[in-house]
Amino acid sequence: MLNRQGRPTAAGEAGTNEHPTFTGNKALAQVEPLLFEIGRADTTGVDLDEPASFTPRLGGQERKDAIGLPGLSEPETMRHYVRLSQMNYGIDTGLFPLGSCTMKHNARLNERMARLPGISDVHPLQPISTVQGALELMSELARYLMTLTGTKAVSLSPKAGAHGELCGMMAIKAAIEAKGEGKTRNVVLVPESAHGTNPATAALIGFVVKPVPARDDGWVHVDDVKKLLGPDVAAIMLTNPNTCGLFEPQVVEIAKAMHDAGAYFYCDGANFNAIVGKAKPGDLGIDAMHINLHKTFSTPHGGGGPGAGPVVLSERLAPFAPVPFVRAGKNGLELVEHEQDAPEKPFGRITAFHGQMGMYVRALAYMLSHGSDGMKQASEDAVLNANYIRAGLSDLFSQPFGDKPCMHEVLFDDTWLKDTGVTTLDFAKAMIDEGYHPMTMYFPLVVHGAMLIEPTESESKSALDLFIAALRDLAMSAKKGETERFTGAPYHAPRRRLDETRAARSPVLKWTPPAPMAEAAE
Amino acid sequence: MRYLPLSETDRGEMLARIGVKSVDDLFADIPKDKLLKAPVDLPRRKGELEVERILSRMSSKNVSASSVPFFVGAGAYKHHVPATVDHLIQRSEFLTSYTPYQPEIAQGTLQYLFEFQTQVAALTGMEVANASMYDGSTGTGEAVLMAHRVTKRRKAVLSGGLHPHYIDVVKTLSEMASDEVKALAADVSGTEDILSQIDDSTSCVVVQSPDVFGNVRDLKPIAEKAHKHGALLIAVFTEVVSLGLLSSPGSQDADIVVGEGQSIGNALNFGGPYVGLFAAKSKYIRQMPGRLCGETVDADGTRGFVLTLSTREQHIRRDKATSNICTNSGLCCLAFTIHMTLLGEAGLTRLARINHANAVKLADALGNVKGVEVLNKTFFNEFTVKLAKPAAEVVERLAEKGVLAGVPVSRLLPGAGLDNLLLVASTEVNTDEDRAALVAALKEVL
Repeated sequence: MLNRQGRPTAAGEAGTNEHPTFTGNKALAQVEPLLFEIGRADTTGVDLDEPASFTPRLGGQERKDAIGLPGLSEPETMRHYVRLSQMNYGIDTGLFPLGSCTMKHNARLNERMARLPGISDVHPLQPISTVQGALELMSELARYLMTLTGTKAVSLSPKAGAHGELCGMMAIKAAIEAKGEGKTRNVVLVPESAHGTNPATAALIGFVVKPVPARDDGWVHVDDVKKLLGPDVAAIMLTNPNTCGLFEPQVVEIAKAMHDAGAYFYCDGANFNAIVGKAKPGDLGIDAMHINLHKTFSTPHGGGGPGAGPVVLSERLAPFAPVPFVRAGKNGLELVEHEQDAPEKPFGRITAFHGQMGMYVRALAYMLSHGSDGMKQASEDAVLNANYIRAGLSDLFSQPFGDKPCMHEVLFDDTWLKDTGVTTLDFAKAMIDEGYHPMTMYFPLVVHGAMLIEPTESESKSALDLFIAALRDLAMSAKKGETERFTGAPYHAPRRRLDETRAARSPVLKWTPPAPMAEAAE
Repeated sequence: MRYLPLSETDRGEMLARIGVKSVDDLFADIPKDKLLKAPVDLPRRKGELEVERILSRMSSKNVSASSVPFFVGAGAYKHHVPATVDHLIQRSEFLTSYTPYQPEIAQGTLQYLFEFQTQVAALTGMEVANASMYDGSTGTGEAVLMAHRVTKRRKAVLSGGLHPHYIDVVKTLSEMASDEVKALAADVSGTEDILSQIDDSTSCVVVQSPDVFGNVRDLKPIAEKAHKHGALLIAVFTEVVSLGLLSSPGSQDADIVVGEGQSIGNALNFGGPYVGLFAAKSKYIRQMPGRLCGETVDADGTRGFVLTLSTREQHIRRDKATSNICTNSGLCCLAFTIHMTLLGEAGLTRLARINHANAVKLADALGNVKGVEVLNKTFFNEFTVKLAKPAAEVVERLAEKGVLAGVPVSRLLPGAGLDNLLLVASTEVNTDEDRAALVAALKEVL
């Protein structure tokens, strides 16, 4: 029984179980069984009165069998989830240098604003006259995004970054089809260093993906792009600043080459946070770029979502933006919800309703709080912090493209770990023991054993100094051959290293009652 | 700026350590003529108080659902969410964590995802569920693509009872991917002949129950016909509370089940963020989109959880991935699973009965109003009424009287000749006073 409830079955290696306890708990570190092991079918944490007798109108489709959903009382529920939360690392716990993911401070003002009744408690299909404030908020967010990016249009619909990519690429496809080139232009160029979502998105809507080869300086060269250009090329999907943490110095030339060839420039805006207030992507020649509100504008990552990925569009693509969108009308703001109501040529609809209002308000609260001066400062501090880490580690760690300034994140490879018996994965797990969330590992794929560190502007100098010192200590330790510190790590986390191969080989994706109990029930 | 810890002294020291003179030296790769010389043309920074004032002013221009008798549904529903839910999802460790790529320090997220998947599988009557999609509509688009992969066919048949926004999402995605879609005409009565549309070229049939007009559908004959032709049945729902009372799509032999989970744990939020529920038969696991959480053990043999089967996903498979989706709906799915835990089987089934009972009471009351005809023979907590006047006009007039009466069908299907139809939803939040207010206001307007 104890084992079924997730209690340790073997002693730890690093003395963590030197003083075993009866419960398996270790003071504040509590063992928490699954809901299905502690809940009961007849227990509920919600007081509801049974309705008076009535004649159902379900057409004989009533459920006849039990569902299998255990419940907990309110105090038990609170304790279950608080204990689970204590097994999680968040930005509020410590430094979270996950490259490309931008784990910056999540201000609680934004949470409070998202819970205003006129925001959270408003239905998407209420009469337009009762949601004028919501439309005003969307249009204000749109104005901020267009101003910061130097573009003329934005679609707020996309629910996440990858959804934004899809939206932008659909607009490009629609524009190409409008020009009668739908049959011939079906190739999308994607650098090898790109996020996996780029090729996946292009392929999803029928484009053929052609890789732009990686160069040994970490940059995409306009000459390489030109070699691939032809009447069959629809677009390039280029991340800028790129996934190696570098700004693409030839971005303007690349944009021009695309346009000259009758193709479009999709910019992956995952790293826009490095240049907000410093440069406008519209000035660089982009046609479409998604903005991850959860990265650049600090809406919480929430353990994996929800995100939001508005897409800014150039004038060439603006007419193809999907419904819905907000426009000024004679009785205030209007919401255009149907293609036939738009004078433009919307390519369709990518989600029910109007997008992620709950994320819009948080992002706008961030922008209002920072202002034009604060956003510029945030970009500068993010870049300064990343370079400070680079300066602090460059003598011990190896950089794939030489020691040159980076943007908001610094990229190392694993050359420096050669012959130590320690891998990038081991090093990351040892960082966990030191109280840090690891950096992004093994991405971008073009760099061997990549370690991508993004401290964000939210870190103080003293926090960075300690982080650098800790990483230096780990590095010295690896080079001295103290491999156990790495290969067995983490020793101090809520779990030791987890067996991912086993999980994939015979997937267990839900709880099932243990066999003896199932037999008893029969 | 209150969110930025670096002082001017810090910045100076750090620049010196890096070995550059000014911060712009770090931006040297940006073409000189593109580097902005001055801050962009937006207001300067503001304190908390000022930001609160600006956003509260916008918020106050909206009519919130709790402030009026409220009967608006059509894919998003006003329910009571326990205070515990909102407190727990704001725990720092949940709110400010990332996708659990480092499972040793993300067991909180992973365990609740495993519990969430188990709950969704049980509710839908399916063998396996994923860790959520963006929402019900995008999940439906993904389900159609998945069916195409499974059947190696490219034609979807969509019921005329499917939410029109969902139809548009599937159509847009399919047009872009050059797949075929046969969408049946809007089916107010729930009596369309969908069986005759299924043939050997059909990849999947997509049917919503309760459908957008409120009718409860029998999925069994559709599943049977689909399977006879080698096609899949994709069952859709937009009101997850209905599963507390209705027989599950799984028990009717659906192959993929996808729906909107907003009703449990999540606020209306003007349309998002919501949480898409996605479940399937286990033989199709490797064609599923989205994240999956699985059980394993750690180096000590202790049970733990990890994201698994990621070889389906874009970060490994790139252009060969099952979907381009990268995220799930994390916190919304946490809110769902906490609320479901509080409810339990006893609470959910009772909540469902209350919803149905309230809708029955409302239908009976509206049926007695002159100029109102209730069209549904079956429904759960939402149904369609035919008014003597165009519904959009009536809804506007009622809004002026402080009653939000429902969704005019013309809002979803303009030009379909259904202008006098109104969708009316009633959940546990509606009181006898709310119903009386709607009846009284309708009598005045009609």
